[in-house]
Amino acid sequence: MQLLEFQAKEIFRQYGINLLPSKSSTNIEDGRKHAQELGFPFVIKIQVPVGGRGKAGGIQKCQNMDELDLKYPQVMDLKIKGEKARAILLEKMADIKQELYLSLFLNRSKRCYTIIASNEGGVEIESVKSQIIKEVGLGEVSDEIANEVAKEMGLQGKTADGFIDTLKKLSKITIEKEAELVEINPLAIMQDDSIMALDGKFVTDDNSNFRHPELEKYQEKTAIEERAEKSGFSLVELDGDIAVVGNGAGLVMSTLDMLSDNGGKPACFLDVGGGATTESVYEALTLISKLDRVKGILVNLYGGIVKTTVVAEAFLKAYEDNLIDLPVFSRLKGTESEKAKEMLQGSRTKIFDTVEEAINAAVMGVKK
Amino acid sequence: MTDIFGLLKGKPEDSDYMKKGVIVQGITGAYGSLHAKNMITYGTNVVAGVTPGKGGQKFEDKVPVFNTMQEAVDATNAKISIVFVPAKFFLQAAKDALNAGIKLLVAIPEHVPIRDTMEALALANEKGATIIGPNTPGIMIPELIKIGIMPAMPFKAGKIAVLSKSGTLLYEISDALTKRGYGQSITIGIGGDPVNGTRLIDAFDMVKDIPDLEGLVVVGEIGGDSEEMLAQRIIDSGFNKPTVAYIAGRAAPKEKRMGHAGAIVMGNYGSAESKVSMFNKANIPVAKRPADVPVLLAGKMGKSD
Repeated sequence: MQLLEFQAKEIFRQYGINLLPSKSSTNIEDGRKHAQELGFPFVIKIQVPVGGRGKAGGIQKCQNMDELDLKYPQVMDLKIKGEKARAILLEKMADIKQELYLSLFLNRSKRCYTIIASNEGGVEIESVKSQIIKEVGLGEVSDEIANEVAKEMGLQGKTADGFIDTLKKLSKITIEKEAELVEINPLAIMQDDSIMALDGKFVTDDNSNFRHPELEKYQEKTAIEERAEKSGFSLVELDGDIAVVGNGAGLVMSTLDMLSDNGGKPACFLDVGGGATTESVYEALTLISKLDRVKGILVNLYGGIVKTTVVAEAFLKAYEDNLIDLPVFSRLKGTESEKAKEMLQGSRTKIFDTVEEAINAAVMGVKK
Repeated sequence: MTDIFGLLKGKPEDSDYMKKGVIVQGITGAYGSLHAKNMITYGTNVVAGVTPGKGGQKFEDKVPVFNTMQEAVDATNAKISIVFVPAKFFLQAAKDALNAGIKLLVAIPEHVPIRDTMEALALANEKGATIIGPNTPGIMIPELIKIGIMPAMPFKAGKIAVLSKSGTLLYEISDALTKRGYGQSITIGIGGDPVNGTRLIDAFDMVKDIPDLEGLVVVGEIGGDSEEMLAQRIIDSGFNKPTVAYIAGRAAPKEKRMGHAGAIVMGNYGSAESKVSMFNKANIPVAKRPADVPVLLAGKMGKSD
């Protein structure tokens, strides 16, 4: 899961990483209270799970209560890359000498953790040329390596000490919380040469969630996504009007791509897993019935041994139970498909021989 | 580098040539027993199963079940195992297998924590063993041996190697290849996790020198940079057999996990554009739809004749 800045900072604080005083809230009343506790001036920061907040106006300076009353709701109402504000963080301002970059991330293709550090912080790391990169196996950063990175950064004295300390703490977080990425950008050198984390990005390995009940409160899932997970499905809500269902992540992604190529707009990505049974398809239709923008359902099932008649039963039952009243455009690869077509005659479900035909029909069908 | 054909087929002088023994870890579970049966039907020589506490039983009246991997390996001398245990028990199962002398471990479970995969891999490296997966449909030489959960129907013996991150797309694309007359010499599912025991480049190294190989198909998806590394390896190695790729996830939103733990674009890291442009650089066409893969392959084969 990906934590928001203020959540990442809660973890950083537990591990003793230097942070500015800050408080998060979701309404202006709490915001005003926090403003008084923190004292002006401070920065208003939108909390969204994507980058590029500054450019989009999601980070604003605030000098007094009038400004807070004006800017707090403005920032709260922003959408950044389609993401609504989850909260607002009020954070004291820093007197900065220099901005650095520091992260520890799982290098997937090298299959080890990697430190990336740079003297150029506060910008996207992809655009920075001078990067110090060190591979550190399972995430353990020794004193020797931490010293080496600080030295290559050209840091000295108190600044070097603070940097080394921060890097070692990031390593501890990475290992103990099973992170895929822990990033501080910018990591600031303050006027008094101390080191301070001004931002925080933190992505953990979802597959290790069962070992981390302490992170559960950060889990952000819609009610439907939660139910999907309980059924062993994976569902991602999207903003179009054609629900996309299939078995296998690759196949559903592929269906999403082809639908988009043909001008269709997917309402969700729903992977029901390897097989397909009457129950799993019925449950998938139940989930989709709870998404209100859906105008049609595109089903792409590839089963070597799946009986398509079994899937057809699920559609019929869904109509019978008044679960759905939507057209279904379906490509079912499996056995007994002629019989399945007969079963669905007269229903709102059409079976097509190829996914391309099903997609074309779906795109046309929802336009009506 | 792993001699995958040595492991899966053996050498003519071996007493078990073309019928290498496979141990099924978790053979008495619902999932394990279903697929053990399917593998046996396909012709895979399943020589033993392991389920702690169920030792002494016979699976399907003939395959002996042992309590531990050590006992199973001692009794059968098998070098291959396939793991069907729940994800949270995977690391222990893998350690037991590797410590008992297994050289090829096919890891089926989905949702294995990355840290556990990395630990299992470290042990595999130490022991000179290979892990395929986790979260893989498995590996097969069509019409000879199937170590995995894939249906038999899409595959046919032939001369095209297929490497895939996705299970169902592997079936779909192999099916399309088979229909066009392109059988497969081997298919390797590398799995949909962020960290793979066998990466695309490792799988490529396993297949690139197959003497009668006529083509290579790579089925990738968003996330990580496995495909980019593979494209670079193909350029560097001068590999000149007809190669075609497919990448799933072009329309996926960023920063969202699309079903597979590994299928996530972070910033530009893992994006479809990055993968497509690297394949283009390697002069490898990328199909827009799975159905186009055999068409592009036919085109490539025509050109390289």
